Parts: sequence; structure tokens; C-alpha cells
Amino acid sequence: MTTTGIRSVGGALDRVDALEKVTGRARYAYENSPRELVYAFPVQATVAKGEIVHVGVDAVLKQPGVIAAIWHGNAPRLAPSDDDELAVLQSRRVAYRGQYIAVVVAETPEDAREAAGMLRVEYAAEDHDVDMRPDHPRMYRPDHVNPNFQSDTQRGDPDAALTTAPVVVDHTYSTPAEHNNPMEPHATVALWDGDGLTLFDSTQGASALRSVIAPLFGMPPAQVRVIAPYIGGGFGSKIEVHPHVVLAALAAKQVGRPVKLAVTRQQMFAITGYRTPTVQRVRLGAETDGRLIAVTHDAFEQTSILVEFAEPTAIVTRMMYAAPHRRTTHRLVRLNVPTPTWMRAPGEAPGMFALESAMDELAIACGVDPVELRVRNEPAKDPDTGLPFSSRNLVACLREGARRFGWAGRDPEPGARRVGRTLLGTGVAASTYPTYRAPSSARVRAEPDGRFTVSIAAADIGTGARTVLTQIAADALDAPAGLVHVEVGDSALPWAVLAGGSMGTGSWGTAVVRACEALVAELGRRGGDVPPGGVEAAADTSQEVRGQAEFARHAFGAQFAEVGVDADTGETRVHRLLGVFAAGRIINPKTARSQFVGGMTMGLSMALMEESVMDREFGDYLNHDFAQYHVAAHADVRDIEAFWLEEEDPHLNPMGSKGIGEIGTVGTAAAVANAVHHATGVRIRDLPIRLDKLVR
Amino acid sequence: MRPFAYERVSTARSAVAAAGEGTDAMYLGGGTNLVDLMRLGVVAPGTLVDVTRIAGGVEETPGGGLLIGAEVRNGDLAAHPLVRSRYPMLAEAVLSGASGQIRNMATVGGNLLQRTRCSYFQDVTKPCNKRDPGSGCPARAGDHRNLAIFGHSESCVATHPSDMAVALAALDAVVHVEGADGPRSVPMPGLHRLPGDRPDRDTVLGPGDLVTAVEVPPLPFAARSRYRKVRDRASFSFAVVSVAAALEVSGGVVRDCRIALGAVAHVPWRAEAAEAALRGAPATEERFGLAADAELARARPLPLNRFKVPLVRNVMIRVLADLVEVR
Repeated sequence: MTTTGIRSVGGALDRVDALEKVTGRARYAYENSPRELVYAFPVQATVAKGEIVHVGVDAVLKQPGVIAAIWHGNAPRLAPSDDDELAVLQSRRVAYRGQYIAVVVAETPEDAREAAGMLRVEYAAEDHDVDMRPDHPRMYRPDHVNPNFQSDTQRGDPDAALTTAPVVVDHTYSTPAEHNNPMEPHATVALWDGDGLTLFDSTQGASALRSVIAPLFGMPPAQVRVIAPYIGGGFGSKIEVHPHVVLAALAAKQVGRPVKLAVTRQQMFAITGYRTPTVQRVRLGAETDGRLIAVTHDAFEQTSILVEFAEPTAIVTRMMYAAPHRRTTHRLVRLNVPTPTWMRAPGEAPGMFALESAMDELAIACGVDPVELRVRNEPAKDPDTGLPFSSRNLVACLREGARRFGWAGRDPEPGARRVGRTLLGTGVAASTYPTYRAPSSARVRAEPDGRFTVSIAAADIGTGARTVLTQIAADALDAPAGLVHVEVGDSALPWAVLAGGSMGTGSWGTAVVRACEALVAELGRRGGDVPPGGVEAAADTSQEVRGQAEFARHAFGAQFAEVGVDADTGETRVHRLLGVFAAGRIINPKTARSQFVGGMTMGLSMALMEESVMDREFGDYLNHDFAQYHVAAHADVRDIEAFWLEEEDPHLNPMGSKGIGEIGTVGTAAAVANAVHHATGVRIRDLPIRLDKLVR
Repeated sequence: MRPFAYERVSTARSAVAAAGEGTDAMYLGGGTNLVDLMRLGVVAPGTLVDVTRIAGGVEETPGGGLLIGAEVRNGDLAAHPLVRSRYPMLAEAVLSGASGQIRNMATVGGNLLQRTRCSYFQDVTKPCNKRDPGSGCPARAGDHRNLAIFGHSESCVATHPSDMAVALAALDAVVHVEGADGPRSVPMPGLHRLPGDRPDRDTVLGPGDLVTAVEVPPLPFAARSRYRKVRDRASFSFAVVSVAAALEVSGGVVRDCRIALGAVAHVPWRAEAAEAALRGAPATEERFGLAADAELARARPLPLNRFKVPLVRNVMIRVLADLVEVR
């Protein structure tokens, strides 16, 4: 092997799959059409609680092209699962409005959809409860919050400390339900071949999906293959296996032909998850100079009847700031609502809206600059676990961000800046996201012509994973990136953790590096000779990851916002967002910038407009399309800049990288809300910051 | 799928004839609303009569007004030099609506006759008196944040979603209609109707009536006019409140004015009380506020849309004040 001396990591390599994507050659789940294909269209419950007492299929079966109508009375039996959401068509019970209760299979999508509308379903409806409120009598403490954190933590005596603290800030903040809305809606093509099942699916984890689906159908995972090379965004909504995947597989089994099922955008608001609404009480007790004495953060949230999904809303407060007295709690209520799921920065995004808004309120109460307040409360070690931080550069991010943004000399007086009829304000908030790493495996193959193929069941959901793994492998192989081909998105490849928790690059990269190291060693033993059949090596990082030293590993950042609020209408526009992040080594500045800026855009959208409106009478999310559920449009995003600091951290992984997929969404909403307060003097503690909350 | 007949016509007469012969016929313009509603199952026409091939453009009328063909695309209307110079509020209203792609498809006639975006109307699994008369109105007790504050009824609190129609209502436009009995004209305001106990009827048009053109009468002082749209995001969203206004001021006194409001009623809401209060009054912010108050005295907001009352007031004052300042 020749030594190239070219370092790929750190370079702005263009996306290696860009050409496939822009030319339409990249094939997404829905675009797979096996022979004999038929189409499925689901039927959704129109009550939020009750029992199905009758299903009339006669009219459906008379429709042209219809092959089958499947419901709980005739559906194949599935093996029991601990995820009740996946017991699709197994019971007459309805747990939430919009739940899939039947599916119609037909020769064309139009036939299936039209016939599905003719299914007659009679219910014995029961009174539903969709009202998440902190004083709900059925609020309870879950055993843990996601993924496996304690529900409650306490250090010292925060209640006593709050009674004696010179300055106390005590407010309740709330965030609405928000729906992940990737550009590509969920879709599945299910194909049975003998005893085996192939799923073309839009999933964030081919290996994980296989291991969930196989037992439902009584099969070992090896009999299921999940193919998902290209995914048009996920934002967490494609982590869990949602009912449509089961429904497609079940329908294909029933009719004996491959089945294609596309979840409509409207159905996504019931079927594929969302971020729970939260109500959060934050209490900060401080010295007059702003140094915290006590911090408590109590979160209230919802989950469905079927699944306990406990958003870890308050966990950020465990590690953000020093304070001897501290408590966090999570309470949950199970309601007749769709099942919530992971949504970009689950826990951190809503939690940091509350904590970082409260910090701004404390800064004002103490007369301390909000940047300085955070610097004063910087902990020397993780205040919750006592572990050392592997690296923590929040202060550097705040300082660098303040410098770049032009924060110095900011007049803290609210409502004091006006240009024409626009009130101007600036705000700051901290960002953070944990640095996780999970076991994965990878294989790499050297060809005699000098090319390499890296294989790993990773997922590139639009993040650029294929590209950065190419760079990581190239360096580990000491080869130019152009000679390295990375295969992802197929459960037949070496198993790997799903794309979630911002841990993809760290986890997959470790496995790729180890496999490459093994290959380099093998090639060394062979004196660099690659036989005609090629040479392979593989790695499994289970031991390495489980044996890693104990550190508090987190990425940090600081976000600065400048807003304009129309004095007459209350319309808020974000004129400028600037983020500075410290996230270990940045593998690819081009894809990294997209991650940061994309995350911040989602945070802006969360700040100003995203809200799923629960219809109390009917029990569903009412505004279930893009005309009604607003996400930021281009005109809302005027000037977003993302920068990062050089950060060396030897305690992470071979690349020295931290995850960057989610941190951009954390803290943005607080920075905007803090800027709105600075502009207007009005404190919005209930997202989104819509004009009706500001107009006077 | 649900079959329907499709016919393409080239004259208004043949359109009306085709609609009379087809079952459950509807006219198809750009389809930017109708096709959505068909997909949602809100409407199920048996016949679509495509009227986009009927010849029409923007022409000057002898008195200095404009005659706008119903099939003119929204994008073309907003870009037309005479619209921009004589009725800037109309150009601004059209440009503030939807997206560039939609404006390039949507027609003037279709824009006038688009349906409400009330969530319940668009969800066939829920009751709605407008979609399914007699089934009830869940919006009154449910989500009505962006629904009507004027002229609503127990049956319906929907709003008309058009921006363009608000400007046309302010400009006293006249809608040319071809019906089974021949052509006639319908003034605006007057085309759209309040819901009363028949919210299924958005307008006074009958079955088979085709909008063929919109005539905007001359109004020299409309050369200085504004359309201000308040919305939840910076583009591609329906109005929360909008104000179309033209003001003629001399010697510090309002000689004449036109004001209409959007997103507040089942119709583009002509603010007649505000206009009456302003004519002959000093052109001051104080009087603009009193005029707004005169109009808003008729408002009957619901719990979730009370904010629209101060919002209308603020925006009306601001638009009028800006019109005075630009003189």
C-alpha cells in the first residue's frame, strides 16, 4: 500500500451520494416495485377510545381491484410483543384516534384508498381523555426516562435552599406537541419469499428494525432483511418501528403478494410519533451575584395508553450548571393520544427551552449579563454524577459567540430599541447534547486494484453519514477517499446501531476504524499483497464501547438570536441566529455546517411556529397537514451562521468526535424567547411565540 | 379511484352548457384548492369543466378601470403594470398569498371561489355544517383561533381565505357571471355571503354559474393603497388578519377611503362603519383608531380569537397612517 499522506477527516468532502440523489437514481423505500406488487391503504379509527363492534367489508370487497380487507377479525396472529403499538389488528380495542384498525389491499393505490374509505366500522365509543395537565390525577412517576435515566434525582435540600436564597426565580414553562416531519413520509414495501421477509423501508436503523419485526412473525432475525439505502430525513420519527411496517408485512403475508404502503402526511400526525407536550416548573435560587444555590426542574408530559414513552425533559438540568442543591423530576400521564416518540433532541430541546429561559430571567433578576451568568455557574465536574467532563467548552462557546455576534455593550433594558415599527432585541442561550456511543460492527475489503469497500448497516438519513464514514475509513486505511466505497442501509451488512442520539458517527466510525486497522494489519502480514479474491477484515466494538472509561461526555454550544417584533401585530421574525459549538473534532465542515444550521432552523421553527393542536372533542391532532402545521419557510430563515471551536478530546472515540445532529436544536427556542423579551419586555413561557401572545 | 368526467371548453357559453349537462359539475381553474378538496374527499364532482382555456386577459375599461378575465393566473395579475400602478393593494394582496408556484397556477375566478381552510371543513371524519349541512360545527367549541370575529352564526364560524378578494371588496369590484339565463353582474361586496343557517353556500352564485371576469372600477386615489397581511410565518400561510385600504386625503382631512378586512369573516369584510367614521374626519392616528373602534363594535370574537380585535385595530391604524405618510 502506498502512503498518501492525505488526511480526509477534516476536509469538506462533497457528499459521496450527491450525484445519485440529484439525478434521481437514489432509490427510496417507496420506489421499490417488486413483481406482482399490490398496494395497501390503512383505515384509521375515528374514535379515541372504545371498542370496534362491527366491521363491514362487503362494500369494500365489491370495489374494483380490491384483493383483501384485513382487520382484527381476519388478520394473521402476531407473536406477543412488549410494544403494544405493534400489535396491529390484533384487538378490537382502540387506544387513540387515528390508530390503524384495518387495511385494504388492491391492485392500485387509488383502488386501495377509495375502497378503504368504504369500510364500515361501528364502535362502542368510550369517553376519552386527551388532556395533559400537571394536576392530572393519573400523573405518575415512570420507572425511568428515556433511554435509561432515573426519573427523579436530588442532591442536597433544594426546597430549604430556595426558601433562604437571596434571589429566586420560579416559573412554569410549556412546550406544545410537535411533529417530526421529514421530507420523505414513511413508506414500506414488504415482500415474503418462502419463510423470509424483505422490507424496503424508510428507517433510521436497518439492524434494529429487523430485530423488532422478526419475532412478531415468529422468525429469527436472519430471516428478515431490511433494505434502506436512502432516507429522506427522519428527525427521530424513523427510529421506532411504527405500525405501518407491521401492517405492510402482515398484509403481504395475508395476500401472498408484495405490498407497498405509503403513510400519508396526514396519517403521520397519528402514526409515526411526535414530541410530547411538556409543562415544566423551573426554580432557581441564587446569590445576588447570580451564583446558583439551588435548581429544581419538574417536568410533566404525556404518553399513550399503548406505550410508555418518557421524554427525558429535565435531564439537562442535572449537568448544565453548578449548584449544591438540586432536584429533577419527571411525571407522566397515559392518555388516549397517539404514541409520542423521539424527536430531534428529545428531552434536551424542550428542557433547555425552560432552563435557559429561566437563566435569562435570573440574569435580569440579578442584574448580571446573561453570558456572564452562565460563566459564573460553570461546574468543575458533572454536578449530578461527580464524574469529570471528558471536555467541556461551554464558556469558550459563549465567549466566542459573544465576540462574533457583537454582544459586548448590549443594553439589557427590555423594549428599548425600535426601528420604525419594529422592536429589536437580542438573546442568548446555551446548547448541549450528550455524546453517546453504542456497539456496532463493520467489515472492510481490499481489492487488488487498490479499492476498498466498507460495509456497515449504518443509516444515512440525510446527515452525510456515508460521506464521513468514507473519510474516516480513508484515513484509517491511509488511502484517498476516492478509493473507498461505503455501503450502508442494509441489514445484511454487519450490524450497527441505528441513527439516533447523535451517536452514528461516533459508533459507526469506531467500528469502521477498527475494521480498517484489522485490514491494514492483515495486509501488513501479507506484505501489502492483495490476492485476486481480495482481503477482508471485520470488527465488533461491543467490548471496546462497554469497557470505555467513565466520563461525563457532552457537546456544548451557545446560540445568539436577534429578533424583530412588529409593535403593531406581534409578528416575530428572527433576523439573525449565530451558534458556536464545541463538539470534538469536526469530521467534515460541509456536512457539519448543514447539521448545525439545520438544527438551528428546526429550533427557530420550534420557537416561532410549530404546534400540534389537540382537538379535545375528537382526540386527534387537528392541524395535520403542512397548510396548518407550520414549519419554518425560507422567508423565516434569514441569516443563520454556525461556527465551531477546535476541541481535542481523547476520551471519546478514535476520531475524537462528538455527535452534532441534535445540538443545534437545543437552546435555540430559549435564545429566541430571550430576545423577544429583550425586544418587548414580554416574557413568553409557552411555545410557540406566536403573535397572539404578543399583540396588545 | 373515483371516476369523474373531464371536459375542456373554450367559451363561457360552452362551459355553462357543459356544466348543465354533466352530473355534479364543477368548474376547474388552476385546481390549487379544488384538487386538494377532491383528494381529501370534501368534494366529489362528477364532471370537471376545465375553464382555463377560455380567452381572457387584463384590459382597460373606458373609464380607466380594469376588466380582468377570470382565467388570468394570479401571478400574471400581480405582475400586470396597470394593476401595480392603479391598484397596488390588489397586486400586494395577490403576491402575499400562497407561493410562487401556486400563484402561477391559480386563477382569479378560482381565487374568489376558494373554500375556507377551517380544519373541520377539511376533515371528512368530523362534522361540519359547511361540508355536511346539519352535522354541526365543532369549531365553535374547538379550535377557532383563526376563524371569524364578524358575522358568524351558530352554524359556522369559518373565514374566507382569499387575500385577493379582500382587495377586490375594498375596490368595489363587479363580478361578471355567465349563467344558464345569460350574463349578469354581481357587485363586491355582495358576491360572498354570511353563513347564517346555510353555511354550505359561500356565495350568491347558483349551480352552473361561471365567473367570467372581474371588473375593477376606476378609483384614482387607489394608486396609493396598501394591503397588509398579518400571518404566523413569513410566507406561504393564510392571513391571521389582513387590511386593504386606500385613502384620499387633502388638507389633512379624509375625503374618501376604502377599507376591507380579511380573515375575520365568512366574507371579505368591507369596513363600512370605519369608512363612514373616517370620511370628512381629520387624517390622524387618533381618528383612525376611532374608525377602527367603530368597525370593531360589531365584532363578536370567540374565546380563542379575541386577540384579533386589538390586532385589527392596530393594523388598521398602521396601514392608514402609512398611507398618509407616503403622500
